[in-house]
Amino acid sequence: MSNKTTLHAKHIEAGAKMVDFHGWEMPINYGSQIEEHHAVRQKAGMFDVSHMTIVDVTGDEAQAYLRKLVNNDVAKLTVAGKALYTGMLNEEGGVIDDLIIYFFSETSYKLVVNSATREKDLAWMNKQAQNFKVTITERPEFGMIAVQGPQAKAIVATLLNDEQLAAVDGMKPFFGVQTGELFIATTGYTGEDGYEIVVPEAQAADLWQKLLDAGVAPCGLGARDTLRLEAGMNLYGLDMDETVSPLAANMAWTISWEPTDRNFIGRSVLEAQKEAGDQPKLVGLVFEAKGVLRTGLKVITPDGDGIITSGTFSPTLGHSIAMARVPRSVKFGDTIQVEMRKKLVDVQVIKPSFVRNGKKVF
Amino acid sequence: MSNVPSELKYATTHEWVRNDGNGIVTVGITEHAQELLGDMVFVELPDVDDEIGTGDDVAVAESVKAASDIYAPITGTVVEINEELEDSPELVNSDAYGEGWLFKVKVADESELDSLLDAEGYTASIAE
Repeated sequence: MSNKTTLHAKHIEAGAKMVDFHGWEMPINYGSQIEEHHAVRQKAGMFDVSHMTIVDVTGDEAQAYLRKLVNNDVAKLTVAGKALYTGMLNEEGGVIDDLIIYFFSETSYKLVVNSATREKDLAWMNKQAQNFKVTITERPEFGMIAVQGPQAKAIVATLLNDEQLAAVDGMKPFFGVQTGELFIATTGYTGEDGYEIVVPEAQAADLWQKLLDAGVAPCGLGARDTLRLEAGMNLYGLDMDETVSPLAANMAWTISWEPTDRNFIGRSVLEAQKEAGDQPKLVGLVFEAKGVLRTGLKVITPDGDGIITSGTFSPTLGHSIAMARVPRSVKFGDTIQVEMRKKLVDVQVIKPSFVRNGKKVF
Repeated sequence: MSNVPSELKYATTHEWVRNDGNGIVTVGITEHAQELLGDMVFVELPDVDDEIGTGDDVAVAESVKAASDIYAPITGTVVEINEELEDSPELVNSDAYGEGWLFKVKVADESELDSLLDAEGYTASIAE
C-alpha cells in the first residue's frame, strides 16, 4: 500500500510524474528535472517533503537522552531555534540515520528524520528511551514544504504576516522558529538559501498554491537528488547506511569527541576506528568528458578499489559528478579511475562539494 | 499514452524509422523511450559512413537517470548524423519525432522495412 502526502492532489494537478519512494507516492518531476534544478539554482523552487518524519522529544531528560542517542552533542545548542545535523549510530558505529535536531530548550527538541528509515528509527529511539524521562511523539499531522533558491526567502516573505516576518527577520542559517501555525527553518538540501516550512496538513495545499502563484517552481525528487549531490550532501541508503561508519561517510565533522565522558552510542567503536586510521573515506569525483558516473560503479586506485555511492550528471556544471568511498590514502587532487561501460576513465578527486549558492566551488 | 505516429515504423527496442525515399531512412527514439529515460544529457552517435547491421548497438542515449543503448533498426550505411544533439541533447525529449532525430541510414535492403512494427504493433508492444 502506498502512502500519499497531503499535497498529492496538487502534484497530479501540476502534471507530476509520480513514483514510489520507499512506500510513498512522490513526484519525480513535473516535466523536466533539469529545468527544475535550474529553477532552484537561479530563482526559486519548492519540494514536497511532507513524507519526512517529524518527532518531538520532550521531558526532563530530553537533553541527556539525545546526548546518548546521537554522535553530535546537543549540549552545544544554547540558543532557542538552533539546529544541529548529526548521525544516529548503532552499537557497531554504523549510521542508523542522519537527522536534524532543532533545540527549543533542554526539555524540548524537534527531530526530522528520513521517511525511508521511519520505522527502525522510531523503534531504536523508543528502545533507547527506556532509561530516560522523555516523551517521544511522532507528528504526522503536518505537511512540509522546502522552498529553495536565491529568491526563495523574498518570495516566502510576501506570504507571511507581520508577526511571522518579524520572527524570521535576520534568522541565520540552520535555525528554526515556530510562528503562528508555521514552523519556518533556514535549512535545506540544495546548497541554496531558503526555508523548510512545517505547516498543518489542512493548510499545506493552500500554502503550496500561493507559492506556485508567486512563481515558485514545483520540483520533484529527481531535481532534489542532483541538487543535493552538487551541494555534497549525503543521501541515506546510498552514501551511508547501518554498515558504514560516519568516519567513512564524510560525517566526521558531526562527531563531538569532547567532552570525552559523553558516552554516545557507537563512541567506543569510532574511537578505535579513528585510532586505527583504517576507515575508507568519502570523496568527490569530477568527470568532465562525455558520460555519467553512476551509483555502484567500481573505482580503481593505487591502494585498492572503491565504489561510487552516488553519481549523476550535474546540470549546473554540465558534466558528471559523484561521491565515492575510496581508500583513506587517496588525496584531493589525485587522478584515479572509474570503470564505466566496460572502459576505464580518469576522474579527478576533490572534496565532496561541487556547487554552493549557484556557483562552482572547486 | 505516448504519441506513436502512424506514418513511422518501429523496433521493439524503441527506435522509430521514417522512410524518406530514395533508400534513405531517418532513425530516432520514440516518445515512450524518452519518457522512460527522462532528461537527456549526452547522445553518442555513430560516425557517418559507419556500416551498421540490424540489432547492433550503434548509439547511446544518456539521461540524468540512465545510459541506454540504441540499436540499429535496419542494416545499411550511416549517411548523416544529427549534430545539433551535441549541444542540445534535450531535443530528444522535446521533439522525439522531429528535431530530436538521431541519424540517417542508406538502407541495404528496403524490404527490411516491412519486418519492422507499425504504429499499432509498437503501441501493443509498449502496453504489455
